[in-house]
Amino acid sequence: MIEKKPIIFLLLATATILVGTIITMVLPFRWINDPKLAIASVKPYTPLQLEGRDIYIREGCNNCHTQTVRPLLSDTERYGEYSKSGEFVYDQPFLWGSRRNGPDLARIGGKYPDAWHVKHMKDPRAMVPRSNMPSYAFLDRPLDTSLTEKKMKALKFPYTQADIDALKGKTELDAMVAYMQKVGNDIPWRKTGKAEVVGELKNPFQDNLSVLPEAQKLYAEHCAQCHGIELKGEVGPDLRDMDKPDAKVFATIYSGITEGGMPAFGDTLGKERTWKLVTYLKSVHRK
Amino acid sequence: MNQQDGYADDIVKGFIIWSMVWGLVAVLVGVFISFQIAFPQLNFPPYLTYGRLRPIHTNAGIFGWGIGSFMAFFIYITQRLTRTSLWSPALAKAQLWLFNVVIALAAVTLAMGMNRSKEYAELEWPVASLVVVLWVIFAVNIVMTIVKRREEQMYISLWYILATLVGVAVLYLVNNASIPVSLTKSYSAYAGANDANVQWWYGHNAVAMVLTTPPLAIFYYFLPKATGVPIYSHRMGVVAFWSLIFMYLWTGAHHLLWAPVPDWVQTLAMGFSVMLIAPSWAAVFNGYFSMNGQWHQMRENYLVKFLIFGITFYGMQTLQGPSQSIRTFSAFIHFTDWVPGHVHMGTLGWVSLVLFAAIYYTVPRLYHTEVYSIPMANMHFWLVLTGQLIFSITMWIAGVQQAAMLNATNPDGSLHYSFIETMAELYPYWYMRAAGGVIYLAGLLLFLYNIYKTITVGKAQAAVQPA
Repeated sequence: MIEKKPIIFLLLATATILVGTIITMVLPFRWINDPKLAIASVKPYTPLQLEGRDIYIREGCNNCHTQTVRPLLSDTERYGEYSKSGEFVYDQPFLWGSRRNGPDLARIGGKYPDAWHVKHMKDPRAMVPRSNMPSYAFLDRPLDTSLTEKKMKALKFPYTQADIDALKGKTELDAMVAYMQKVGNDIPWRKTGKAEVVGELKNPFQDNLSVLPEAQKLYAEHCAQCHGIELKGEVGPDLRDMDKPDAKVFATIYSGITEGGMPAFGDTLGKERTWKLVTYLKSVHRK
Repeated sequence: MNQQDGYADDIVKGFIIWSMVWGLVAVLVGVFISFQIAFPQLNFPPYLTYGRLRPIHTNAGIFGWGIGSFMAFFIYITQRLTRTSLWSPALAKAQLWLFNVVIALAAVTLAMGMNRSKEYAELEWPVASLVVVLWVIFAVNIVMTIVKRREEQMYISLWYILATLVGVAVLYLVNNASIPVSLTKSYSAYAGANDANVQWWYGHNAVAMVLTTPPLAIFYYFLPKATGVPIYSHRMGVVAFWSLIFMYLWTGAHHLLWAPVPDWVQTLAMGFSVMLIAPSWAAVFNGYFSMNGQWHQMRENYLVKFLIFGITFYGMQTLQGPSQSIRTFSAFIHFTDWVPGHVHMGTLGWVSLVLFAAIYYTVPRLYHTEVYSIPMANMHFWLVLTGQLIFSITMWIAGVQQAAMLNATNPDGSLHYSFIETMAELYPYWYMRAAGGVIYLAGLLLFLYNIYKTITVGKAQAAVQPA
């Protein structure tokens, strides 16, 4: 009996655990990160982005934020295009995380303007009132670049002396924002996946004052962080005296303005609530 | 005087005491970070933020409290089951020193932000290398003791001990493969989805080889010791052992359901996770059937209460776990508070209850005395049970509620809630979880005091009657 032979027992136990290991952990190397699954537009990190990513790791951001959008309605509608393995080929380590104390960040790149991130990192609750994220104001300090070149070489990422020189005077916060803007933004999903607004657009709540209280709440939650609670503008422009037609305002909120840093809210708000917001915006005038 | 039968028991005492110290650290940090989630003002950057403290909590719990006490009981159990003294007590002494150095280094480096980011494998490469040295020293000592044993037959506990020694070694070496940049910074040797698949093969089998096989070894040894009757079935133990260590290694990818790793890897993980119910429950039934005609001991023997509640939580854990590994259910609760609720039923309910029993059993024997206070031990039991149940149940409810809110849609197909709306609803649950943590901490303090008094009384008695 092997229960009397410890060395044979040890070898047998090792063999037993290696079966599943080889099939589910070693073999997949053959298929994962296969060149056929590569996405040409996915680029390695620049020195600044890589330093930002290392700060993300140092601060343990992955303890509260995931970076994988699953192909499920509640994920894709909320965060954007689902994640593909080809997008992560330069991620050593991967940062998919396991718990969403905060939202998923796989598609955060390009969602908000840089100024939003800076304000949010310094004082999260100023931007998202009920957030429980710690304040990262202390990142506003000079970036340590002593290891940057060694890091780029270790990961075999291309860089130029100009990239390294450009790090002078940068703060940790700059690096973090540069990283945030890169995450999930290498594939053109914002353009291709953009919700097209088609047909004639007519505001079902035009001049319907009864929707204003609800619309004001929606504004406070989704818009005030950038446009200010009094609509005077901050990160985004002043919205008082909106003189654009309802349909135009609707399209802006619903589909966003990628170049202008305005996120698309169509997936989160839906048509009805977007129209209510339009009604609210049109009702506010400069005194 | 404590080396009865020539056993190296001073070293067992050392590991027990230090594992309790690290266990207290793990729970203190755990309670603190549960308050940080509920009250974000309690984050004090840069060192005391949730992001830096959470790895300290998990590492202190798994490696300090878990591994530390497993080292104690592996040394204790192996000597007795082989009727042989430890191969090298000097090596074991070095191991205790190194163990404490490693855990202290881990806490300091993690607070400083030196972190590989991979869960339960966060330690940077110099500290991780020390862990490898530590494990090799430990494994050689135990294996050599078993090799030169005087009892031919190896009891079930020894199988689980041997599997743990080799399993942890394989897992740790593979997942810690790094490209060092400096003494304090390295990058994972694997990229993207490959890194994810390696990590969760490691992550889930750390549950197998650290949080399952060692407590099972301890359970199989101490249940018969506590009740005075043998284990129900040796044969069931054999079948359960081999099928458990065979199946576990296939299941890691159930942490990656719906993620961009190959579908077949996910499906295999799902299938094997469900199959794992069988060997897990074989151990549960082996425990329950050993209690045939002995159930009155649940009332009379506080050790049995800890052990049987422990194996019961193991049973519940191994039903809940497989259910979570099914794609549809995972789609719903993954990434929510449900999962911390699940994990803490395993760590606080199963692992810690069994360890408490083992410590209550061994410490009085090692110090030739009686346990200081049985009523205090009972109080300890009820406090940690209450604290843990509050934790797990509130987190399950919170997870289901948030999942339902995240999935809610409007008639036009858009989502009803933004992320922050679903999160803001969790605060009441987070307050309750923190309260549960405080109750658990109170129970733990009572336990530490009881053991401390047992040891001091034992030492005082020994001083009066020299051996």
